[in-house]
Amino acid sequence: MADTRTTDFPNVTQTVLGADELILNMGPQHPSTHGVLRVKLRMDGERITGTECIIGYLHRGVEKIAEHRSYPQFAPYVDRMDYVAAVSNGLGYCEAVEKLMGAEAPPRARVVRTILTELQRIASHLLWLGTHALDIGALTPLFYCFREREEILKIFEKYCGARLTTHAFRIGGLLYETYDGFEEDVKRFCNDFANRVDEYETLLTSNRIWLERTKGVGIISAADAIAIGATGPVVRASGLKWDIRKAMPYAAYDQFEFDIPTGKTGDTYDRYLVRMEEMRQSRRICLQAVDNIPTGPIMAKVGKVLKPPVGEVYHSIEAPKGELGYYIVSDGTTQPYRVRVRPPSFINLQALDQMARGCLVADIVAIIGTLDIVLGEVDR
Amino acid sequence: MDALLHYFTQPQNYLPLIFILVIVAVLPLLAGYVVLMERKIMADMQARLGPMRVGPHGLLQPLADAVKLLIKEDIIPEEADKVVFLLAPLISVTAAMTAYAAIPFGPGFQIAEMNIGILFILAVSSMGIFGIVLAGWASNNHYSLLGALRGAAQVVSYEVAAGLAVVTAVLLAGTLSTRQLVMAQISEQTGTGYWFIFLAPVAFFIFVVASVAETNRAPFDLPEAESELVAGYMTEYSGFRWSIFFLAEYAAMIVVASLATILFLGGWSRPFANTRVFDFMDYAPPVLLGGFGLYCLYRLLKQPAAWQKLVMLIFGGILLLLAAAVALPLTGLQLGSVSVAGWKPAIHGGFWFVAKVVAYLYFFMWIRFTFPRYRFDQLMRLGWHFLIPVSLVNIFAVAGGLIIHRQQQVGLEVAMFFATLVTLAAALLFAWLAERRPPAHAVENEF
Repeated sequence: MADTRTTDFPNVTQTVLGADELILNMGPQHPSTHGVLRVKLRMDGERITGTECIIGYLHRGVEKIAEHRSYPQFAPYVDRMDYVAAVSNGLGYCEAVEKLMGAEAPPRARVVRTILTELQRIASHLLWLGTHALDIGALTPLFYCFREREEILKIFEKYCGARLTTHAFRIGGLLYETYDGFEEDVKRFCNDFANRVDEYETLLTSNRIWLERTKGVGIISAADAIAIGATGPVVRASGLKWDIRKAMPYAAYDQFEFDIPTGKTGDTYDRYLVRMEEMRQSRRICLQAVDNIPTGPIMAKVGKVLKPPVGEVYHSIEAPKGELGYYIVSDGTTQPYRVRVRPPSFINLQALDQMARGCLVADIVAIIGTLDIVLGEVDR
Repeated sequence: MDALLHYFTQPQNYLPLIFILVIVAVLPLLAGYVVLMERKIMADMQARLGPMRVGPHGLLQPLADAVKLLIKEDIIPEEADKVVFLLAPLISVTAAMTAYAAIPFGPGFQIAEMNIGILFILAVSSMGIFGIVLAGWASNNHYSLLGALRGAAQVVSYEVAAGLAVVTAVLLAGTLSTRQLVMAQISEQTGTGYWFIFLAPVAFFIFVVASVAETNRAPFDLPEAESELVAGYMTEYSGFRWSIFFLAEYAAMIVVASLATILFLGGWSRPFANTRVFDFMDYAPPVLLGGFGLYCLYRLLKQPAAWQKLVMLIFGGILLLLAAAVALPLTGLQLGSVSVAGWKPAIHGGFWFVAKVVAYLYFFMWIRFTFPRYRFDQLMRLGWHFLIPVSLVNIFAVAGGLIIHRQQQVGLEVAMFFATLVTLAAALLFAWLAERRPPAHAVENEF
């Protein structure tokens, strides 16, 4: 069977039985593609023989815009890439520029950044869980997950004024001091959350139908995942214990104890379990951090006008979706020469083809959901 | 002319007509309120409130939805087969509603007293499949056709399993007549005196699962799910035509719930009908209805606008009237020569029948909002590899148990208990067999 990978309509090939291959377009407008993703499926009856992703429907030229904004001006733009986990985007960018400038955020800022980023990880995973379950047909977890996510967004709103595109961090530290009652809010959320995660697990983890829909679906081996460059829960569920928070710690992660969950088979079920456990570990980090916020300044002395020295830096963090990296080239002026974002969703999306081969059409929504992509990040 | 008049003034001839009129008139409204009930229950399970705006607590939502659907533009696809396109929803709804002819809502409350009632219900409700397939074909839409074929395949497969489960209850009662089936569960002289669900729980379980699949409800709703690629046989239908399909689906749900009530849950009998200790449950209907009515009137005081107060007044009033009607037979009044207590089986029977149907529907909805959706091949495997073999074994086990009961003078309960054990063992065996499949592995990489 010929395997053409052109961007035009591939030639319709003959399958084993002599029937024509069917090309099904899962168009940019679709309830389950989590954004404007277009997937062309090549099918032999019900089985998928190949996929082709067409992206770019949400391309906004963010990296080009970066070349014409000063470093602080560009910070709000990064929130809009992975709009589900804006705080992580901001953390990666601010830390990358700080690395470029040789500055370091003070300890208090680092710990508060850690807390907010872990809360954002929980929020991102909650949204993933709700939408993934909804795609597979479980109508109720979505509402439960959004109920918890609401609590986190309330904390963000109290802290920096915004729920979704937060721009919570500044280059050099934080702009806002934590508000009165911040620790209590975080502690209360973490205490409630333990039961809630168990609640979601009760609904799904040992549910027969959930197991049948997710076990053995969308398998990718660790070798293939590494070859693609997949990171985050996708590669951890395939067995590789790789987490940038442990391998190359940033912010305050080296001060706290947490585990890295991994899976065995690399199927959808393992990715589900890995993300559920990650939520619990994030809660653990938050509880440790919120009791140990050091006092002190929240902003390093970086000056009003940021002019990093000539040079380049690549700094990556463990975003909820995977390794989010910023490669910034500075030419000594107030505006970067080039900002290149390593988007985890874009690179993880390459695994779709591999995972979808041999699956049935109804599994595609499960596979797209399990990759946890956000088109804002895929397209930028 | 005189002969006609003479014919229609006899109760056995005009009562069915009245029942038919009541059902045809009331059912759409009832289905609308079942939809509201589903939305409120869905909301409750999802930690939210549901419709609250249209009328107090959303009580006028079904009327608003009906009006909206009626005034929508009627779109017929250009290349569609017009006649068949118009006919398909009518077939579905006719099949669903005709089945009500054989359902007894109470002693004597039946449109058509047939001695093959169950067979009639199964046969007529199976005609609904024509509606599905014709709708998919007539839509001239590739995906509608696929969805329709899938839906039809699913309904047919689970119809077999449901029918076999029905056979079990028929065996226990020895009759196909719906009225006799209920009487077999109520009376201790001619029947067992307690519900068949206690004698044949496996058959009940099979019937529940099969009925969920037959009405295309989650977790078996792949043919009509929104997040799948195939959009379903109802796609090209808009406005009033779609509401006919919708009505057919909910009417079928109520039929299936009524069938389960008749076959396994004792029809119109009160729980523990033959035990004097539980006679206090006779007061449950007026207490429940009256309490609900009084609560409506209480909420009336909290409504801000006058028309909302009116709506609550109407609902509360209806509930209180029903409560009074249900309480009447308990009072022991004498109206002339008629003793009011004689009406108790009829009125209370109606209440308990409706209560059981509502409980079954609640269970349907509970399942819908808890479980994810089965993939189509998994769905078919469940039906053919598990449910049908188990229900076949169940029939043989129950029949064997009945023979032992009759010839060896073993108690019926004991015989049925062992029959259930045999069926459960077979169920475990078939479940294990159905689970075996080649382990999934990663596709060889091509890098």
